[in-house]
Amino acid sequence: MGNIWGCLAPWHRSSLPAGLPHCNTPRSLLQINDSLITTYRDHCHNLTRGGSVFDTMSELFGRATGTTRGIGGSMHMYNKAENFYGGNGIVGSGIPNGAGIAFAHKYRMEPNVCVTMYGDGAANQGQKYEALNLAALWELPCIFVCENNHYGMGTAEWRAAKSSQFFTRGDYIPGIKADGMDVLAVKQVTQFAKQYALDKGPIILELDTYRYHGHSMSDPGSTYRTRDEINVMRQSRDPIDRVKKLLLEAGVPPEDIKKTEKDMKKEVDDAIAEAKKAPEPPLTWMWRNVYANPASCTLRDVGGRYVTPVHDSHYKDLQQIA
Amino acid sequence: MLAQRQGMRGLVGKAGLKAAVPRPARMAAPARSRVAVQAKRECFMWEALREALDEEMEKDPAVCLIGEDVGHYGGSYKVSLGLHKKFGDLRVLDTPICENSFMGMGIGAAMTGLRPIIEGMNMGFLLLAFNQISNNAGMLHYTSGGQYKTPVVIRGPGGVGKQLGAEHSQRLESYFQSIPGVQLVACSTVHNSKALLKAAIRSDNPVVFFEHVLLYNVKGEVGGRDDVQCLEQAEVVREGTDISIFTYSRMRYVVMQAAAELEKKGYNPEVVDLISLKPFDMGTIAASVRKTRRVLIVEECMKTGGIGASLSAVISESLFDELDHQVLRLSSQDVPTAYAYELEAATIVQPSQVVQMVESAVGPRMALAA
Repeated sequence: MGNIWGCLAPWHRSSLPAGLPHCNTPRSLLQINDSLITTYRDHCHNLTRGGSVFDTMSELFGRATGTTRGIGGSMHMYNKAENFYGGNGIVGSGIPNGAGIAFAHKYRMEPNVCVTMYGDGAANQGQKYEALNLAALWELPCIFVCENNHYGMGTAEWRAAKSSQFFTRGDYIPGIKADGMDVLAVKQVTQFAKQYALDKGPIILELDTYRYHGHSMSDPGSTYRTRDEINVMRQSRDPIDRVKKLLLEAGVPPEDIKKTEKDMKKEVDDAIAEAKKAPEPPLTWMWRNVYANPASCTLRDVGGRYVTPVHDSHYKDLQQIA
Repeated sequence: MLAQRQGMRGLVGKAGLKAAVPRPARMAAPARSRVAVQAKRECFMWEALREALDEEMEKDPAVCLIGEDVGHYGGSYKVSLGLHKKFGDLRVLDTPICENSFMGMGIGAAMTGLRPIIEGMNMGFLLLAFNQISNNAGMLHYTSGGQYKTPVVIRGPGGVGKQLGAEHSQRLESYFQSIPGVQLVACSTVHNSKALLKAAIRSDNPVVFFEHVLLYNVKGEVGGRDDVQCLEQAEVVREGTDISIFTYSRMRYVVMQAAAELEKKGYNPEVVDLISLKPFDMGTIAASVRKTRRVLIVEECMKTGGIGASLSAVISESLFDELDHQVLRLSSQDVPTAYAYELEAATIVQPSQVVQMVESAVGPRMALAA
């Protein structure tokens, strides 16, 4: 996935998520009824929760065909149908939300968990500790996942945190650390965590990972670390290379792998080309969905005119402009 | 002056100023209780709010209450007295002192479809939760392309009390006013507090619901189970012709006290309780301004950037031709609320100031015959 994003030009590159896999049968693996909330690094989560490359790229280009119709953008992708709660620009502010979603699962007596993700930078936010206290106090089925890529934008973890053993910082909440760049390790630890969360309460996972590129488009990513470090990570720990190696060792023919890669690249390239052609959201959409229940909530625009906002989460007029 | 007016016309297009402000639709009379024979009930405001919570929680299992000391303690102003015994500890949830995270938690729960009422023990404490209120409650419906609603009611007492000190006597309705996506409501009477709280709970929008520390023990008539009031509509408290006085929350009582005195002196002020601080009920406001051609705003918010500042700008811009003079505004001083009794009283608007302002705006009147 990182390779694919790596080929593509000017948008925010994500660090490898080593995705949390979805499987419908075993109860202990994450299912679609389990909820997920994360920070702005949400592009890949959008793909695993009902989104497509086309709507993700459209959203990044700010087009009307995007995940949130070009309104949310890179940092605000959501999918209600698949229990994906976004997408938070203020890192750490999604953590109490995640505790709330877990609270709702418990309130409704549903056998589901909420996976609440944040990074090593956000791990120093006060509201995270408040949320840990609430989750432990009320035994909420919440899995707190710290995606530790060792840098909070330009600040290395040892310069920001007194203790960078993030899985231990839950104090009375148990924590496990796993190699976030190993798909199978992540799968195992998530399985364990879900079982634990449903039976006993909150747990912290620390997934050790790495970010090849800069934090965002304005960060070259090389002013606070060496290129050697980046290359070593890429060569020794790349998740996709690892999976390829495992598949080859298991006897999968190399041509099949090459074909899959080629197909995926084509799928992505096609989606990007389509997204580039997609229309921009019309100006009237600026007033849409400011309120869920507009009733008589007229708004004044800067010219002094009164605008009646509307609610339409289906965007039926997309057909006309697309 | 003329050039300015022409400039204004250019701003709102050929239709002119009159079209810029929506005229009030012919409102149907509010549905009164059909059971006319039912005896009128009176209670305290805290009891009325409690009834609203009780009835709505009974009606809809998704409604829950989250806040500090709302459960076992019964609420710092008794608004949730005894509710935990009826609904249990999960639906009436006592939180630790962590406004930012329990606000976030309530909002997260609301995203899944629950309808939490999140109480700030004092609205001033909710400054700690401002990020959650602004970015998560206010913006989520928009940034998610309409997918997620956040039907929260964020309520609690605000305003200046009796020598509670600066941090517990904040007048901060206007701090929240600019947040796109939230509604602001200020209740003032026993009747409207229950009816508005019920409406706020039923609304799918995030509503910031301002109560006032000094109004909880006000006694008055309360409505029934189905008595729900429109969140976006202002209340005409006293019809008049001399001047339109726009006010809200406890200042309504200050204004009515002044109005009683003004009546004796021969004045006939119209008093309108804004109720909806965001959005303003421009229909009712415009109708009143067109009738009296004079405006006085009386608020507890500060002079700088208060609710009145915002309303004054809107009235000046949309109703300029309907005014005989500039919009007058009585607000609280731009100082923190002092502890000492006299200083505290001097910080906020007193009835005598309202009387003086109306007298000077309207001019001399014949006093009513004794």
